[in-house]
Amino acid sequence: MSKQKKWLLSCIAIAAFLAIVYVLEATIPKSSQWSMLFTVLEKGSIYALVAVSMNLVNGFTGLFSLGQAGFMLIGAYAYAIFTIPVEQRAAVYQYFDGGLVQFTLPVIVSILIAGLVAAAFAFLIGLPVLRLKSDYLAIATLGFAEIIRAIFQWNTLGPITNGSNLLRKFYTYDSALYPIIACGICIAIIVLLINSSYGRAFKAIREDEIAAEAMGINLFKHKQMSFVISSFFAGVGGALLAMFQTTIQASAFKAAMTYEFLLIVVIGGMGSVTGSVIASYLFIACREWWLRFLDAETYIGDFKVPLLRAGFRNVVFAVIIMIIVLFYRKGIMGTNEFSWDALIRWFKNLPKNIKSIPGRIKNIPNKFKRKSKKEAQINE
Amino acid sequence: MSKENVLRVSDVTMQFGGVVAVNNFSMEVNKGEIVGLIGPNGAGKTTAFNCITGVYAPTNGQIEFNGEVIVSNHPHGKMKQMYKGENMGKYNKIIAPTPDKITKKGIARTFQNIRLFSSLSVFDNVLIAKHLHAKQNVFTATFRLNRKEEKRMREETMALLKEQGLDKFKDDVASSLPYGLQRRLEIARALATNPKLLLLDEPAAGMNPQESDELMGFIGEIRDKYDLSIFLIEHHMQLVMGICERIYVLDYGIKIAEGNPEQIQNNPRVIEAYLGVDE
Ligand SMILES: Nc1ncnc2c1ncn2[C@@H]1O[C@H](COP(=O)(O)OP(=O)(O)OP(=O)(O)O)[C@@H](O)[C@H]1O
Ligand SMILES: [Mg+2]
Repeated sequence: MSKQKKWLLSCIAIAAFLAIVYVLEATIPKSSQWSMLFTVLEKGSIYALVAVSMNLVNGFTGLFSLGQAGFMLIGAYAYAIFTIPVEQRAAVYQYFDGGLVQFTLPVIVSILIAGLVAAAFAFLIGLPVLRLKSDYLAIATLGFAEIIRAIFQWNTLGPITNGSNLLRKFYTYDSALYPIIACGICIAIIVLLINSSYGRAFKAIREDEIAAEAMGINLFKHKQMSFVISSFFAGVGGALLAMFQTTIQASAFKAAMTYEFLLIVVIGGMGSVTGSVIASYLFIACREWWLRFLDAETYIGDFKVPLLRAGFRNVVFAVIIMIIVLFYRKGIMGTNEFSWDALIRWFKNLPKNIKSIPGRIKNIPNKFKRKSKKEAQINE
Repeated sequence: MSKENVLRVSDVTMQFGGVVAVNNFSMEVNKGEIVGLIGPNGAGKTTAFNCITGVYAPTNGQIEFNGEVIVSNHPHGKMKQMYKGENMGKYNKIIAPTPDKITKKGIARTFQNIRLFSSLSVFDNVLIAKHLHAKQNVFTATFRLNRKEEKRMREETMALLKEQGLDKFKDDVASSLPYGLQRRLEIARALATNPKLLLLDEPAAGMNPQESDELMGFIGEIRDKYDLSIFLIEHHMQLVMGICERIYVLDYGIKIAEGNPEQIQNNPRVIEAYLGVDE
């Protein structure tokens, strides 16, 4: 396939996808259970953006950073603070005399500010923290995120952050197309970055810091760049999440949230943007929609289906994740990316692959056996 | 005839805690020369390389490249009491650049145990080394406002791979290459940074006699083609004696001899310390 043809195909696919979303949005009533589809599309897109931004640092630059929730929180708050209409501020900041900020900025500007504030924090934190190695970096970024969360709930800052109270009534979108397009553009920019000379430098650092440095790559400068850009997009993701949720509260941006993204990045494949995107949608779809029935007590006639009760969903979810991590060590995509050629090949090979499934299942025990033998050899 | 001096190492001492790995080492490389550094295992050869390339800041001493002082240090802080070397007080500046700065100035290197970007393609391995001299910034690179430069980088990479006979493998993952070619790729990658001085740390390690013979010719070739000076560490005596114009010998971090291959081969101290043990 020629390059132009692929471009055309991609454009058509994107346009078709957006058109379908548009039509579905107009036809599916809010009360239908299918309206969950939009939750998945909106939240999935936002999660995809944050997961890809996390992958930029963790998967492409090889830094173990766990600050994503913190940067999202900063972005979400920056966005909310600047877009609450002036006349609503008295109600929102009821315990703080209507708050300190008494103006409203346009939505796009606020989203950019959300990203920039998160990036500025990342820059400052990066100065000391990025000189640390692997585990220490993870602990330091995690600690930072927790501190940020505490600071935003601090009453003294109430006139700005509303303390531990909700922020609400800020501008939100009215069509799933907005977050989808916004996240699409952001992810496209990250992909462009990854495929640029700087992206290659990031990968070089991931592969071998010492060799990268010997090739003239300034380690600190490039790590800082990757970290700041990643945080910018996490901030934008936070702003979009605020819009999706319509209200925000600092206490929701816990370390557990960062782990969700880490999980998505690992399941999708460290170093694969496609993987992170696919895994985000699957993750949100499973958690918010497909596995919901597991939480509901269900009767078939008089028979009460065993195990189904509140909380069971999380058990099944954990098992699924364990299976994925066991059988797809490198995630769904490894370090591969989407390409039309690969997609066509995949469909061509599909019948063959389906036929080989019984054989492969038979092989699973062997897989473990061989592995353990190899390990034994190494131990000798 | 006075030769143009490219690298001058003066009184370099590298002390790790109480261990003096390189002791008061001085040497020089002139333009267009191939100079060897030999010595028994643990003599401090790689450490000397690491001092020149900025991996370590030497405890004491000074390094000049093309007449410019690029590295300089003297024992300070805790090291002041611990220092066991000589020439304390001779140098008083502290210049300790990171390795990337040294590479930018025109010194490239390879590693004793190959360090490729192993899961990237052969092409990308070399292309990455073109990053340092590019004029782009993140913004222009991301939004493809640097098309011309990117194209030039790719063309230069391709040309270099062709010259090194690696173009057939350009899309292969670096770690999938046979050992000899990995060594060659590492040299190609170093050349891609446009160096004036090339440091090779045991380029023939793990090669069979035929491969190392080829390598010998190859090193001479790249010196002429890219107008380089070369400084190399090597254990293969045949290779060192065959291509090096001058040789330095280290033993326990101390320079015990220097001279042309003939002088080195006949130097009793070298025979005792090195050749005597080896053969
Ligand atoms: N970072 C370090 N910290 C402490 N000691 C070190 C360090 N690097 C090297 N050394 C010590 O310095 C001495 C010289 O090591 P070096 O690697 O330079 O030897 P070499 O001449 O390259 O040997 P080989 O032929 O085995 O490569 C060794 O005793 C080594 O243990
Ligand atoms: Mg060595």
